Amino acid sequence: MERGRYKIFLGMAAGVGKTYRMLQEGQAEAAAGRDVVIGYLEPHRREETSAQARGLETLPRRRIPIGDVVVEEMDLPALLARDPELALVDELAHSNAPGLVHGKRFEDIAEALEAGIDVFSTVNVQHLESLNDQVAELTGVRVRETVPDSVLGAADEVVLIDLTPEALIARLRAGKIYPGETIDAALNNFFRIENLAALREVSLRQVAEDVESKRLVHGQDEPLGTRGEERVAADAPRAVGERLLALIRPQPSSQRLVRRAWRSAQRLGTDLDLLWVKPPGKPLAGEQERQVTALRQLASVLGATLLIEEHDDLVAAVARVVRERGSTYIMVGEAKPPRGLARLREPLPQRLMRATPPGVDVRIVAHRGQREGER
Amino acid sequence: MIEHVLVGVALFAGLGGGYLIARSRLRGGRSQRPDAVHQILLPFTGTEISRRAVDAALRLARAEGATLMPAYLAQVPKRLPLECPIPNEATRAMPMLEAIEQRATAQGVPVDARIERGRSYRHALERLLGRETFDRVVVSATATGAAGFSGEDLVWLLRKAPAEVLILRPGPEDRRVLSATGPGGNGAAPV
Repeated sequence: MERGRYKIFLGMAAGVGKTYRMLQEGQAEAAAGRDVVIGYLEPHRREETSAQARGLETLPRRRIPIGDVVVEEMDLPALLARDPELALVDELAHSNAPGLVHGKRFEDIAEALEAGIDVFSTVNVQHLESLNDQVAELTGVRVRETVPDSVLGAADEVVLIDLTPEALIARLRAGKIYPGETIDAALNNFFRIENLAALREVSLRQVAEDVESKRLVHGQDEPLGTRGEERVAADAPRAVGERLLALIRPQPSSQRLVRRAWRSAQRLGTDLDLLWVKPPGKPLAGEQERQVTALRQLASVLGATLLIEEHDDLVAAVARVVRERGSTYIMVGEAKPPRGLARLREPLPQRLMRATPPGVDVRIVAHRGQREGER
Repeated sequence: MIEHVLVGVALFAGLGGGYLIARSRLRGGRSQRPDAVHQILLPFTGTEISRRAVDAALRLARAEGATLMPAYLAQVPKRLPLECPIPNEATRAMPMLEAIEQRATAQGVPVDARIERGRSYRHALERLLGRETFDRVVVSATATGAAGFSGEDLVWLLRKAPAEVLILRPGPEDRRVLSATGPGGNGAAPV
């Protein structure tokens, strides 16, 4: 049986209109003659959302008694038995009540997809596992219900529901997201402009990275290093995301390069990779080992990735990493003036420019402190 | 006759080559740091540091041929894993480390900076002391105690640090600070 198609509507926060858009597309599919049912809907007492669901068949919820309370969940067996062409399932990060087959709703969805049912679903960006810490640091709010990033990666389509922070706050003030008595608390806590702006940026980047990773996966149809692979890397339409690669060595002066590279990465809104091309066959020891540990710590603090490649040809190793990681910028430190025969050799930036795919920028980071000291 | 000339050329080439190899090794040896590195730790928190503390640490480092290790101590809230990335804290630390490094470089003092995480400033300092070895620690006591190390932290440091601890007493005249953007600072321009 062919697996169903999976479409996820991703938002930066509650109230941006994920569920509304999912229902809107569900209505359009139904109007086109497809068999559409609502597997689970959480309208949050929002009138616009409930109105959008009218006319679509809704499966009854499964009622699970837990002590004195009855919890309502999506009825997966009923959905599988009903076997529609398309199911609309809200809030994929939801944790199911104990006793159900799966602990999480995204696992229910996976089973429906395996049964050949197409699924539309919704999620907020802070529920993604890899972003949970970052969002918690940005907003001070940590969500408990998380989903693995692979869930988003496995979707056939991810639709970002984007709204400016100002527009979202206006919706909140108008009572379109939460009931009147909770609006002030929401405005003072999670729904602050700076929180929403940060979350919006995270959401946009997440979708850009998703596009980029899917592009790279398609590029791996042919073995690495073949002309075909190079053609894919060079000619494929560029995704929104940039990726920065800083060439370092295990020495204190590299920390300056890392700092500059990280600040550039922050401004570009991109990820940072740090690469040390280590001469082969020499084990780490003494001061070098200490410096590698320090660089590893710094990379961890900054959320950068430290790569150590053993290779005797620096330029070839860099070119390979650039292709594999999809780097768009390479940053190198200012070299000492060459001596002796080294003067005859082509400078590193030029060699890198020739060896890497077209469109990759090479930047030399100047030693500002030294220049000021020389004045 | 030709043999004598060839021997002479070979001798000259051998001596010249030997001299060049010896010189390059000497240079390489000078630029390599010895295994027992003399290090002076300058821990700080927040977005400014007493310029008196920086200058004192630099004077000591220059006199002793030591490396200065400015270390930004970052508090990681309990709700986050201790080893998680802390971009907001790093954003605060970067300009400060850059400013200290520029000041040190201008005075010919080598720098090896760090950002250390902990549940508290003291915990971050404890982790750093456990990971690195130092000859001296230079800290600035603040008059207000609002930023930086408290009196209790300093007592703890005196008791625990396996190095000489130099605590700079706050003076009413000491208002100069090194900050990323302040007037007393040596601000680091964006890349």
